[in-house]
Amino acid sequence: MKKVMALVLALMMVLTCAAFAEDANVIKIGVFEPASGDNGAGGKQEVLGIEYANSLVPTVTIGDTEYTVELVVVDNQSQTDKAVTAAQTLVSEGVSVVLGSYGSGVSMAGGEVFAQAQVPAIGCSCTNPGVTSLCDYYWRICYIDPFQGTVMANFAMEQGAQNAYVLTQLGDDYSTGLGFYFQQAFESLGGTVVAETFTEGTSDFTAYLNNAISAGADVVFAPSSTTSASLIINQAASMNVDFPIMAGDTWESSVILDAVKGTSVQVYCSTFFDERDESNTVAAEFVAGFKEWLNANPDKLTNNGGNDIVAAVSALGYDGYMVALEAVKAAGSASPADIAAALPGVTYDGVTGAIAFDEIGDAQKDMAYIKLANTETGEFDFVKTQTVADLG
Amino acid sequence: MFDRILPYLLAGISVGGQYALIAVGYTMVYGILRLINFAHGDIFTAAGFFMVYFAAAMPLYVAAPLVVVATVLLGFVVERVAYKPLRSAPRMSIMISAIGVSYLLQNLMWYVTGGLAKQYPVLPWISEQITIGPASTKMATVVTPVITVLLVVALVMLIKHTKIGMAMRAVSRDFETAQLMGIKINSVISMTFVIGSFLAAIGSMLYFSNYTTVTPTIGAMPGLKAFVAAVFGGIGSIPGAVIGAMLIGICENVIKAVGYTTFSDAFTFALLIVVLVFKPTGLFGEKTSEKV
Amino acid sequence: MKKSTKAAVGTLLVAALFAGVWLAERLAGANSMLVTVLEKGAIYALIAVSMNLLNGFTGLFSLGQAGFMLVGAYTYAIFTIPAARRMAVYQYYQGGIVQFELPCLLAIVLAGVVAAAFAALVGLPVLRLKSDYLAIATLGFAEIIRAVIQYDKLGPLTNGSNLLKTYPTFDTALFPFAVAGVCIAVILMLIHSTYGRACKAIRDDEIAAEAMGINLFRHKLLSFVISSFFAGVGGALLAMYQGTVQANAFKSSMTYEILLIVVIGGMGSVTGSVLASFLFIACSEWWLRFLDVETFIGTVQVPLLRSGFRMVVFSVVIMAVVLFYRRGIMGDREFSLDAIARAFSGKKRKGARAK
Repeated sequence: MKKVMALVLALMMVLTCAAFAEDANVIKIGVFEPASGDNGAGGKQEVLGIEYANSLVPTVTIGDTEYTVELVVVDNQSQTDKAVTAAQTLVSEGVSVVLGSYGSGVSMAGGEVFAQAQVPAIGCSCTNPGVTSLCDYYWRICYIDPFQGTVMANFAMEQGAQNAYVLTQLGDDYSTGLGFYFQQAFESLGGTVVAETFTEGTSDFTAYLNNAISAGADVVFAPSSTTSASLIINQAASMNVDFPIMAGDTWESSVILDAVKGTSVQVYCSTFFDERDESNTVAAEFVAGFKEWLNANPDKLTNNGGNDIVAAVSALGYDGYMVALEAVKAAGSASPADIAAALPGVTYDGVTGAIAFDEIGDAQKDMAYIKLANTETGEFDFVKTQTVADLG
Repeated sequence: MFDRILPYLLAGISVGGQYALIAVGYTMVYGILRLINFAHGDIFTAAGFFMVYFAAAMPLYVAAPLVVVATVLLGFVVERVAYKPLRSAPRMSIMISAIGVSYLLQNLMWYVTGGLAKQYPVLPWISEQITIGPASTKMATVVTPVITVLLVVALVMLIKHTKIGMAMRAVSRDFETAQLMGIKINSVISMTFVIGSFLAAIGSMLYFSNYTTVTPTIGAMPGLKAFVAAVFGGIGSIPGAVIGAMLIGICENVIKAVGYTTFSDAFTFALLIVVLVFKPTGLFGEKTSEKV
Repeated sequence: MKKSTKAAVGTLLVAALFAGVWLAERLAGANSMLVTVLEKGAIYALIAVSMNLLNGFTGLFSLGQAGFMLVGAYTYAIFTIPAARRMAVYQYYQGGIVQFELPCLLAIVLAGVVAAAFAALVGLPVLRLKSDYLAIATLGFAEIIRAVIQYDKLGPLTNGSNLLKTYPTFDTALFPFAVAGVCIAVILMLIHSTYGRACKAIRDDEIAAEAMGINLFRHKLLSFVISSFFAGVGGALLAMYQGTVQANAFKSSMTYEILLIVVIGGMGSVTGSVLASFLFIACSEWWLRFLDVETFIGTVQVPLLRSGFRMVVFSVVIMAVVLFYRRGIMGDREFSLDAIARAFSGKKRKGARAK
């Protein structure tokens, strides 16, 4: 009996030691993404990219010790008020650095919490300039809306559009911002714009589309969440509209492909990355590995929308994770303050191109991919890339 | 000119018809229980989700009747569990209970769906496309007003000419006296909820065939608007609710057409307040005098 | 109990409360969930009490609280954003039209005043309505306020529908406790004044109250305006707590949540509302969080636990309270030193009798 007791005690001690040892060598990375709400579908895809990156590189070496990276995932529900609570949960969990979020409004709301707690955050696909410009603890690895809006305005012009109808969602900072910059660019190129807004929870878009028709629009620009997007496309299809509908990065999603398939609606969107772009070897490797990983995990495949199309936000999630690890290495410490101090100097050649931060905290990204949703195959067709230089 | 207005009118009448089917449920419940059934909009949403899940599991001709049955059952259960125990409580308590049910249903739907939008299945015929003059739209848009009118006429007949209808009228006129006359209050009230939920189920099929995305909170706004329609038409009056709903549907689209898109929801509430302040009995409501 | 001992004990208790909050912040850390719950709980306590003043004490069933909080939150944010950062916040409106900033406390008071002014305007037509009509009309007004604030043409003032941020916030939980504490104390004083008694009379029987010479409309309006003033202050505190504010978040569901807090605490009990606020916030933000996390015991996944389950459990509990404990935690009683003293002495007396 005594022997058994001794054995049990010894085992317990070993276990507790192991547990403690593990605890001491864990670095927590917060994943601040929507898993529900209007942007839930996109948020899940971004998380997939982060999880895949974590499965490839699960540890990071600081000094001489190897730390295990633990992802702490919270759901910000695509709403700015819920985002505050979600951000506080991350901070109270003691994360060293935060990744996300899909959607600019929630990033801005969370940014205030991170700034107060002095925890650095890396925005993966939030494009509104306000995310970084007013927050000293937010960095970003994608391009921003003044660029994206200009790209799409130029593209619309090239397609022969002169009158644009811009439709944005009230209270969605991403939507309002991108619409604003598109309008600015389109008007400065000599076009005319009619801009209108819809409220959250709108289902009936027929009146808006009718307004576009009676305004004589030859293009509709409707940056919005995918939930609204599928309604807009569906109703545009049943109304037989003849103008193309354009939007920003959120529309690069299988939700859009499902809505477009079998209709006659032309849908263009700009995005950060193209899975069939062979010129970047890092990207090609990522795409192959990611698809394999997705197909091996049925759950993950469901979260990706049921297919293995690689979304740009997944690529950005992957890059975001890698940048965070680079920052941890550069800081040589797991403390948020050290990582924040190291982040401005971090550079990384990622799947979505080279990343280096300017003084505001934005990556110098200057290339957008424009894609067309194919109504027959239900996939995105690559149309062209556009850089700042192209715009003159 | 007419070519320009036609699409808005079509959309307005169609949305109005869908509001009307919800509004009838509100107005009947209010007429009998003096209760604003805040959960009614969520029952409408639930009907949408029933269809999403049933259609994925079985053929449509089985799923559609089953959706109606499930929705009616939900309405019945809500009344029995959340409203019946409070029959003798102050009106404020029962209204709070309605808000609680609405909160519960929304959270439950959020949980089941994971908070993501679901695509409504394509129903045969009513999801098809149809062209009327210059406007192209879905069959559901055109059919909605017709179905609404047919259902409402049937309902009015039921209330005017059947025994249960007479009981309903009696209960809404005077709760206590009706009870003394041997009317089974509980079965009358249950019947009201059954009818209301039935119409909400039909309404949801028409609504979501037009606007094919279902989210847990999508019914809240149409629900509130339908309630406004019921007040506008004179609460307790079924034809009033239908006409009120049609007017609100059309006004909403006209507001959007003239460019005040921000205010399309706010307009409905402004209308509500104007009606309440200047003509609380609505268009067709009966005058009631406050008893001391 | 003597008045002087009561005052002494009361002061001591308040001091102990603040010391406790201060200690909690030092020991648990400013970023801990405990401090978050304390901060948000204090703010919601104020808002719940302000709603209780209407619903529980005057018998006016109003559902417009979110609208007045919105007005308060926006007033605070608009007038305190540092002038230097306005250009970046009002990025689409060339920096907006307000180009000065007010001191924080003044802005909080202003938030209440503006909300009260709105309430006076809204109250004039609406307060003549009866029970559920009043509820739906105030609900409608809250939605109208939200739409107006989001209106594009008002953008230079309100920043349209976009986030407002970078205004000063508080950095210790003592601040919301102090502000909410002062406000609740004022409300308590009002309730115990002749005005408060008149309101209770209106709640219990309007016709009898009128017969006693109480001016119904004036008292209702006053109660509505005062409640909205404190809702506005609460909104300003909420804006400070969140660090960002956006009109979109002030939906009717926010009013419903506050109403449920009031019901849980007990209609007509200030201490009930305060207790219920802390309970409600602690449960929804902290204690029930584990229900949202997929958990494995060994290799077996615990059934049902996944995102969203917390809110389901939570709403079931609330329904149970609404249906079976209709009087809530406190009913219409108050937690008071007198009552406690009585309870103690009562026990003693019983003991004495038993001997």
